[in-house]
Amino acid sequence: MSVDQATVRRIAHLARIAVRDEEVPHLQQELNAMLSFVEELSAVDVTGVEPMTSVIPMSLPLRKDEVTGHAGADVVTRNAPGADDHFFTVPKVVE
Amino acid sequence: MSDITRLTLAEARDALAAKKISSLDLTKAHIEAIEKARGLNAYIVETPDKALDMAKAADARIASGNAGPLDGLPLGIKDLYATEGVHMQACSHILDGFKPPYESTVTSQLWRDGAVMLGKLNMDEFAMGSSNETSYYGPVASPWLPAGWDADKGRAALKGDKKGLLVPGGSSGGSSSAVAAHLCLAATATDTGGSIRQPAAFTGTVGIKPTYGRCSRWGVAAFASSLDQAGPIARTVRDTAIMLRSMAGYDAKDSTSVNTPVPDYEKSVGASIKGKKIGIPKEYRIDGMPAEIEALWQKGIEWLRAAGAEIVDISLPHTKTALPAYYIVAPAEASSNLARYDGVRYGLRVPGKDISSMYENTRAEGFGREVRRRIMIGTYVLSAGYYDAYYVRAQKIRTLIKRDFELAYQDGIDAILTPATPSAAFGIGEKGSGDPVEMYLNDVFTVTVNMAGLPGLAVPGGLSASGLPLGLQLIGRPFEEETLFSVAEVIEQAAGRISLPQAWW
Repeated sequence: MSVDQATVRRIAHLARIAVRDEEVPHLQQELNAMLSFVEELSAVDVTGVEPMTSVIPMSLPLRKDEVTGHAGADVVTRNAPGADDHFFTVPKVVE
Repeated sequence: MSDITRLTLAEARDALAAKKISSLDLTKAHIEAIEKARGLNAYIVETPDKALDMAKAADARIASGNAGPLDGLPLGIKDLYATEGVHMQACSHILDGFKPPYESTVTSQLWRDGAVMLGKLNMDEFAMGSSNETSYYGPVASPWLPAGWDADKGRAALKGDKKGLLVPGGSSGGSSSAVAAHLCLAATATDTGGSIRQPAAFTGTVGIKPTYGRCSRWGVAAFASSLDQAGPIARTVRDTAIMLRSMAGYDAKDSTSVNTPVPDYEKSVGASIKGKKIGIPKEYRIDGMPAEIEALWQKGIEWLRAAGAEIVDISLPHTKTALPAYYIVAPAEASSNLARYDGVRYGLRVPGKDISSMYENTRAEGFGREVRRRIMIGTYVLSAGYYDAYYVRAQKIRTLIKRDFELAYQDGIDAILTPATPSAAFGIGEKGSGDPVEMYLNDVFTVTVNMAGLPGLAVPGGLSASGLPLGLQLIGRPFEEETLFSVAEVIEQAAGRISLPQAWW
């Protein structure tokens, strides 16, 4: 399987990564190199094989539904590029 | 003592306990060595004040007879680990200025046991790379000089673009370079596809990726959560065993952390391997493998046989599928894990005309080329219509890879011996500029181990024709790291400790 330039743009948008027009052909070539590298997997017989969900046989533990290690809103917003009064600020999303 | 940075971790620990040296002196010696080695670019952040404070506190504990297992021993920390109040960016532009308000579980256990932090170590961006060339902070040089180079030529290259100098491997290239250059006694590292073992092999150091679930991943920036494991790089098998004991252990904050007791790994260093069954998988004899790698493997076999181990030919038929399957599973998980870097809660923000273009601009500028490429391929294989064909199929193949190992272990195999890498270290700027797959092939022997969640250890086996270190890999049964330490010690003793480079930088 290989991707065309429209698919490259669609993937970039899904991944929320801006791409410039001049980057598209090169990206297409790199993605296709990776896809052709993984192509040999289609020849492997996986009939009746369960997909792996946990590499070490264990069940996910449950814990009490309670707040743990809460450091406070000051600490949570300290690293934000935009924060105001314990809120993260973003460009306007509603009119 | 002439240069106390040349001590092994175990030697330094014993000298501290015997009060022959102080942690303050030991730490100062390392701080000086780091300052002189800035050209290697192994450390991206130095924390000398913190180190000196920690050393003084350690000396006080040692004096009062309350020393911990790592008391007073200076270490380097890979930039993937959260260190409270100290720079942590996974060597990415997108985490600009990030100082975590919390400490990773693994590093907190090192400080609990008395260790001293020297600083944060360079790495491939988000641990994606095999040469430490994808770091936002630039490449790391190996302390090993290419064949025919003298110190002057090396120093001149360090001042320039470093082209032609050797890579220290990756992603834990800062860790391996710093350990090999005596800029710390040992370092933390992480391994998703070979990122501990390949750098160790390239620099003549020892590294272990423990069983998945052995070390907590909490506070370690996630790349591919089902493959990532923390582990140490150090200069001897014993030193890695000492480090792992402190790093390992159950942590309720990591739901995949396994609740089994942590053994005193150091006790297994030097234990007899008589009667142990060592598997030699024929599928690791790949096309185009250099003769010196094959010869190294044979030497390893002879050493283990001479120590009383039984050598058994085995087959791991799905070996060849591991690398391509990895390049579906790992990018898929990465595309999901790295979705959190969006310019809102931390790090870089690049403005846009609306929120969506703010996300897109931030991620385009904040992530480097390799990371963008992997996020995109991961997004593709998880997208509607391709999920079953790529991702589910790769997870099925993973089941087959793991089953290969399980069958070998059921037949009584205690550990598996393979080469660690298909070649010795290559030059900075030499690989992967055209076809990304060329770089990925470095991990052909190590990636199977992550896919199966097993422990793997790289130990130096000798030197290549051009005088560069070559490593052997040991693969163990789940949670039987002790066997790996015993077998690796036999190799280390038989091969003789590698003589690491003298400072030319």
